[in-house]
Parts: sequence; structure tokens; C-alpha cells
Amino acid sequence: AALKDGLRSQVAAALKEGRVTPTELCQRCLALIKSTKFLNAYITVAEETALKQAEESEERYKRGQPLGILDGIPIAVKDNFNTAGIETTCASNMLKGYISPYNATVVQKLLDQGAVLLGKTNLDEFAMGSGSTDGVFGPVRNPWSYSRQYKEKSVPKSHSEDKEFNWVITGGSSGGSAAAVSSFTCFAALGSDTGGSTRNPAAHCGVVGLKPTYGLISRHGLIPLVNSMDVPGILTRCVDDAAVLLGSLAGHDPKDSTTVQDSFKPFELPDLTDVSKLTIGIPKEYRAPGLSSEILALWSKAADLFKNAGAKVVEVSLPHTPYSIVCYHVLCTAEVASNMARFDGLEYGHRSDTKESTESMYAATRREGFNDVVRGRILSGNYFLLKQNYEKYFVKAQKVRRLIADDFVKVFSSGVNILLTPTTLSDAAPYLEFIQEDNRTRSAQDDILTQAANMAGLPAINVPTALSERGLPVGLQFIGCSFQEKQLLTVAKWFEKQVQFPVIQLEEVERHDNGVFQHQKSASFS
Amino acid sequence: SSLAPWVPVVGLEIHAQISSNSKLFSGSQVQFAAPPNSLVSFFDASLPGTLPVLNRRCVEAAVMTGLALNCSINKKSLFDRKHYFYADLPAGYQITQQRVPIAVNGSLSYSLCIDSKMSQMVTKTVRIKQIQLEQDSGKSLHDDTRSQTLVDLNRAGVGLMEVVMEPDMCCGEEAAAAVRELQLILQTLGSSQAVMAEGQLRVDANVSVHRPGEPYGVRTEVKNINSIRFLAKAVDYEIQRQIEELENGGTILNETRAFDSKLGCTVPMRDKEGKQDYRFMPEPNLPPLILYDAKSLPANTNHQQVINIDWIHERLPDLPSVKREKLVERYGILPEHSFTLLNEDGLAEFFESVVKKTQMKPKKVIGWILNDLLSYLKQYSLTVKESPVSSFLLADLLNLLEKKEISSTAAKRVLAELWKGEGKTPLEIVKEQKLELLQDEKELEQICQAVIDGQEKEVIMMVPG
Repeated sequence: AALKDGLRSQVAAALKEGRVTPTELCQRCLALIKSTKFLNAYITVAEETALKQAEESEERYKRGQPLGILDGIPIAVKDNFNTAGIETTCASNMLKGYISPYNATVVQKLLDQGAVLLGKTNLDEFAMGSGSTDGVFGPVRNPWSYSRQYKEKSVPKSHSEDKEFNWVITGGSSGGSAAAVSSFTCFAALGSDTGGSTRNPAAHCGVVGLKPTYGLISRHGLIPLVNSMDVPGILTRCVDDAAVLLGSLAGHDPKDSTTVQDSFKPFELPDLTDVSKLTIGIPKEYRAPGLSSEILALWSKAADLFKNAGAKVVEVSLPHTPYSIVCYHVLCTAEVASNMARFDGLEYGHRSDTKESTESMYAATRREGFNDVVRGRILSGNYFLLKQNYEKYFVKAQKVRRLIADDFVKVFSSGVNILLTPTTLSDAAPYLEFIQEDNRTRSAQDDILTQAANMAGLPAINVPTALSERGLPVGLQFIGCSFQEKQLLTVAKWFEKQVQFPVIQLEEVERHDNGVFQHQKSASFS
Repeated sequence: SSLAPWVPVVGLEIHAQISSNSKLFSGSQVQFAAPPNSLVSFFDASLPGTLPVLNRRCVEAAVMTGLALNCSINKKSLFDRKHYFYADLPAGYQITQQRVPIAVNGSLSYSLCIDSKMSQMVTKTVRIKQIQLEQDSGKSLHDDTRSQTLVDLNRAGVGLMEVVMEPDMCCGEEAAAAVRELQLILQTLGSSQAVMAEGQLRVDANVSVHRPGEPYGVRTEVKNINSIRFLAKAVDYEIQRQIEELENGGTILNETRAFDSKLGCTVPMRDKEGKQDYRFMPEPNLPPLILYDAKSLPANTNHQQVINIDWIHERLPDLPSVKREKLVERYGILPEHSFTLLNEDGLAEFFESVVKKTQMKPKKVIGWILNDLLSYLKQYSLTVKESPVSSFLLADLLNLLEKKEISSTAAKRVLAELWKGEGKTPLEIVKEQKLELLQDEKELEQICQAVIDGQEKEVIMMVPG
């Protein structure tokens, strides 16, 4: 079995048959993490506990009693999920050194099924950002920066400059998780998605990024950004694997009152052959300003792909799309201002040395603990929540949110099954170029194609589609109806099979993979 | 001014701690005087990533209370966040119900004595604006000597019902009577133990005065009132203060004042930096609270998952006002008597117990309960439960009286002896002290003759006339 293998198709079988052991898998991932340290994808590597978990998994396999398909599988978790005994920082000074006493529900579920938790991945501070560049542990580097595909296409300025300065961002805010999956250091990773934070880096890193329906997966233990929009996100290398993860995580959690009560049945994805009964919607408003001609062409090509295979492809309209960014910013900052109020240094986290008064301690703690981005959003949010502004901004934004959600309802009830849109405006920008604009500007630009799905609570998935002219991944997005993940993933899987997105060619990975075991090709990669 | 042309206006905001095993949104225990920070869950400490889960019992308590106060129960109510920074508020916000509370538009009837002899009572009503569910805060103690603040989060997150009474009251006595009645109702329902000394019932008074026919004056909020007695004092003091201020040409500030029980006056509280903007926002982690009644209850619902208002209504116990009516009807006692009976914890039960065990008519028994037993209890600051004279003993004594085996005076002497709690029965005491009434006429004649014989002088003085 290779690190590149699909979970369901290869690795699970290999583990069961004993062709590879959980300890071996774990060790190889840990070694690869070490040799790809320059990516800065991980904040904490939990080597000891991971190896212990792997050992326990191995015992179970020896007894012929594995807990399920995830038993022994190395996974990574974004550092805004609580993990008992392992530092949870949210890439912020406020929580540096914070060791949570409890596991997030999704983390607990993975551990209960025998998954091996390799470590916590890097992100934008408190998940605010679209580049994974604004955390206190530094930016995450897109593994594709070091791929043969990118290097071949990029014009080297000089030999030394090449590796250091032309590296491209992962996108964000779940950049660490996307990079971890993309560079084969784990088989799947958890991210979070509030305005596109799982799908955006998935697109830039060439991996599958699933945003489930709001209310399907528990948020208990996910440190919130916007409670009414956040969902745990799933990052994998193929759509089948995303379905496996979804099956192990979805379902009502009594600890999260926003999860639906209906019982969830995990599913296996059928191999769709006949798409003639499908109606694909192409929302015209997603031809957004700034959309690269490359992606526009790819989007069009994808639409033709469906058409030629017999599906019905129609142009649709989501007229309130242009208002969604502004609406999102009002609601997001308002919730942020509220959610961040608990960080005062009193019970946990960073506490300033100021001893004059409680108030001055609070103020100093928050100034020292939060970066500019967080503080900026708190100030904006408080402004919108002031009594004199509440109706004008917050309530208005709630109303616009309803209109945006209704746009989708109308389209889906008119016979459209799935929407097909771009995920990002362009391929990944070089870091130096990206940081020319501030976080707020970048977020406003980059969220435009993804955050309407968060406003409406709909499931959406990024499927890696092709490489750009610069040799970097470009993905396309599918948006489905609430709680229709099975249909969404089935279509995504079909599309994935058609496009045959190339495997990243990373020196480091190849070095690690040329070992005892044969390099096997999975069904999903060419 | 002896004419007192001012119209005082008093409204109340009452916070009643819900009597429940666990807190409003988390599973930690509710207990008075536990070691500091021993009843704090991750959610109570506001650990990041924790979420509120609504406690069913707290909702039931609020519904019961709303029904007992004749409110409309909102079948859909909402939760909000109220933001401010304080050491005893770990999340930086309180979860409350600002937009749509659980119950609205109710009323509370209470009675007052017209005079001090308790011989005439008048019934008044105060409108209940609303009842809302909200979290209690923790406690902070300021240690000035060491320049530190000590924070105990045991109370943080305990469920509260805030009961808002409209400004329909006019003085301290009315406010006190209204609160007393509310206290009795809550205790009868069991929705709150409502003991002010343990912080389970907290009252803030809103006081203003105006001239008749003119709009309401500026109001002040009076806090830090620790007993019903102090409530009456604080309100009356504040009314007087405002009248004096205005009559001297001054103005009333819209401020918060604290009642100083030692000095018997209200003082301005530390300025909280002007008006607070609480930046209310809907609580996104709690869906709207939906309640059902028999009509709206969907078929095939799990009884555990829903609250049926009608079901709760059917099971409400008799409220104090109903209990009083029943006592008056059943036993023929006066309304004032029933008030006193219910005002003292356990006294009504004691009375009924005695009535059951004795042949003496309830109308006569009540006198012994209210005049004799109660005054002993008051004298020694005892509760009914602590009474050394049980209902059995008192009933025995009253039976002796009823059978004319002793006189009324003798009975009072026996009661005084019983009060010592030495374990003697009334009969034993009567025998000991030779208090039996003599029924034999011949014996009586002999005694009388002996008395007359022994008092020759006085007899001679009396006979001629």
C-alpha cells in the first residue's frame, strides 16, 4: 500500500489483510511530516500518542477485530478543534499552550473508530482568512509549490530564489489540513468551513474538500467563528474517502442543539454511469468579476462534459449573490465580536501581566492575544451590534441572508439537482503577491464563490479538476440540496472519474513511498 | 408637605433561582454554599467550543410559574445574548430572553391589611409584564487588602426566572406584600425555593414620583435589598428622598442606587461608566423554544422530547389564594386568619392536623393557633417545624378544654408548661398541678363555704348591700 492510496479502495483492505500495519503507516506519515516540515502544515505533531494509537489498532487487527474502516488510519485535525491532552491554539497567542480537557465530538468519533491522530494543522488565526497566512506560527506553503508540475511551468528567477520566494499559498483558512492531505502525510483531515475555508484550500491544493449541510455534523468542540454558519469540513484525496469520513462523523449530537434529530445512515457511493436524469444548474452570477479566463474555460468545459454525457445543463439565476459578501461580513463580524468576548485571560489562555484592574487586564490580554485581523473584526462586529445600528445592519443582513437562501430554494425546486460553479477566482497566488493586500480585502475577494453556501447552510464540495497553465491545481464546486449529500457526492464522484486529476509529483513523497511495498494506483488517480 | 400631593410609582424586577438539579444550559449541579468552583462544567467556565443545551426542568418551572401568574405562555420564545465584561461572567455575555420571553401579560393578586389589627384586608393586583429564562452569573469578591478579586463560578449558569412587575404599586408595603405572595406561589409550585437569604430571590425596585395628572417622573433603580422587610423600607425611603429632592427644587437622576440596610437609606452605586449598550444578538446555538398544548401537539411525538403546556396546567397544585379560600370555606375561619396561616411555613398544616384530632370547633382552634402557639413561636424565634408542642399535644389539650375538664385559664397554664418541652402530656400536667375542673356540686359548695368562713371580715362588708 502506498501513502497515495485511496482509503476505501486500497488502504482499508491492505490493513485488513495485513499487507501493511497501522504502525508502519503511522511511522511513514510521521517521517514524511518531518521531511515536509518546510510546508509548515502542522502546528503540533502528536508523535507519542499517535504511535500508541497505532499500536492499539494493530492489536485489534491481529485479533481480527478492527473497529471499522477507519481503524489505524492516520488523520490530521485543524487546530481549532478541541483535542484532549493535545495543545489547541487556533494559531493565536491567546491560546498558545492551551491544553483542552475534552475532545470535540468529531475528534472523539474518529478516535472511537480507531483513527490515529497525527497532529493539529495550521490555519489563519481563529480561522479568519483565506490564505492560511495570518496565524502566529507563520504561513502554510502549498505543497504544489514544490511539485514537478509547478516547477516545470514556472520561470525560475534564480536557483536560490526558486524554492524560497515563488512558493504559493494554500488558500484558507484550513490550509494546513489541505496541505497535509495534499502532501500525503495523512489520509484525511478535518477542516472547518464558514465562508469557504475548507473548499478554498482544497481547490488550491488539489484535494477534495467537502462542506456538509449545516446541522449534519456536530460543532461541539469546534472553536466557533460564526456559529450560524460554521461546519466541520472534510479533506481527502478522493470523493469515496470523503463519503467514508462523512459516514463516521454525521448524526445528531445531544451536546450540539443545532444538529438535526433525524438519524443519519452512512452510505457507499454508487458508480454512476447514467447521468441523463440529472439537471445541472449553472448560476450566471458566479461569473464573478476577477474570475480568471482559465477557470471560466474549465467551468465551461465541465458543463459540456455533463451535457455530452446526456445530462441536462441549464443556466440559472441566484440574483442576490452580489449582496452576499457584504451581508456575510456584517453577520460574521457580529458573531465574532460575541464569540471572542470570552477570551479575557481569566479562566484559560493568555493573561496579561497588567495588575491595575480587571478591566485593564482584560484590555491588555485581548490586545496582546489577538492579531489585527481578529481585533478588526471584533471592532466592526461591536459597531454593527450597537443599539442604534442593530436594525440597520444586523437585522438587514439577516433579511438579505434569507433572500440568498431562498434563491437556492427556488432554483432547486425548479428541477435542478446540483449546481456547478468555480471554487476560486484563480489558481493559488504566490505568497509575496498575496500579502500585498490585507486580510479583509483578500477574504472579500476569495470568499465570493463559496460563502453563499454557508449562508444557505447547503452542502458543497470542491473536486480537483485540472492543472492551470502554471501547473497548479484548479477545482470546481458542486452545491447540493440540504441533506442530499449522497446525491452530491455521487455526482462529484462521477465527475472526478471523468477528469482524472493528476497525482502531485513530490520528491519527498516519492522517496518515502519507494519502500517495501509496490506502488499501487488507486482507481481514482491516473 | 403634609398634603403629600405626590403619586409614588413602584415597579419590581425579581430574579428567582429555579429549583433544579442542574443548571440552565449545562449539566453541573445546583447547590448552595458548595466549595468554591466545585460545581463548574466546561460550558460554565466558557471553555472555547462548548455549547449550551437547554434544561427541560427549567422550562417546566417557567411554564408553571407563568400559568400560576395568569400569563400567556409563548409557544415560541427565543434566546439572546446580552454582552458586557465582568469577572463573574465568563463568556462575556449572558444568555437571556430579550426579544420574545417565555411568558407575558399576567397578573398577581395580593392582600394588604388596612389597619394594624389585621381585621380588614384589601386585595390588590399587579400586572406581570413578562417572565424570561436567563443565566445567573458567578460571584466575585473584592479583596481590597490584597488588591485582588476572587471569582467563584458555582452560581454561573444556574437558571433564573426574571419576573417583571409593572409599576402598579405605590409604596413599600404593597411591594412587600406582592413579593411575599410571589414567594409563596413559587414555593407552592416548587419552581423556586425563593429564600431571599440564600440569594434564591432577588428584588430590584424601580421607583419614581410625579404630580397627579402629570407624566411619570424619572425613575431610579434600587438594588441590594436582602429581605422583604428591607424592601418595604428601601422603597419608602426612596419615595421620600425623591419627594424631598423635588420639593427642594432638585432633579432626580436616572441612576442605580444601593440600599444600605444599616443606615436605612439608598446611596448611589459606583458609576458603571455611563449607560451600557448590551449589544443584544440572537443566541445562534439555541433554536427557538417551541412549546405545545393539547391542540398543537403533533401525533407520534416522544413525550420526553416535548413540553405540553396543558399537561402542566392540569397538574398545578393549589395556589395560596385557592388554599386560603378552601380554608375559609372548610373551617369557617376569617380570611385574615387564612392569610396568617399560609404566611407561616407549616402553620396551615399544623392547624388542619389539630382540627382533625380534636372535637373543638375550628373557629375556636384558630384562636389557639394564631394567638397562643404563634406568639410563642415568635417569642422564641422558632419555626413551626421546631415547635416543642406538636399538633398531637395541642389537640389533647384542646380536647380537655372542650370536655370541660379544665378551664380556659388552666389550659393556658398547661400550654406554658408544655412549651418547656419536657415530654409530659397535658393530662399529666393537669394532674400534677391539680388544674382539674371540679364537677361535683357538693364538693364545690364545701369549698365555697370554706372560703367564706375563712374571710369573715370581707363577708360582713359585702352582705348588707
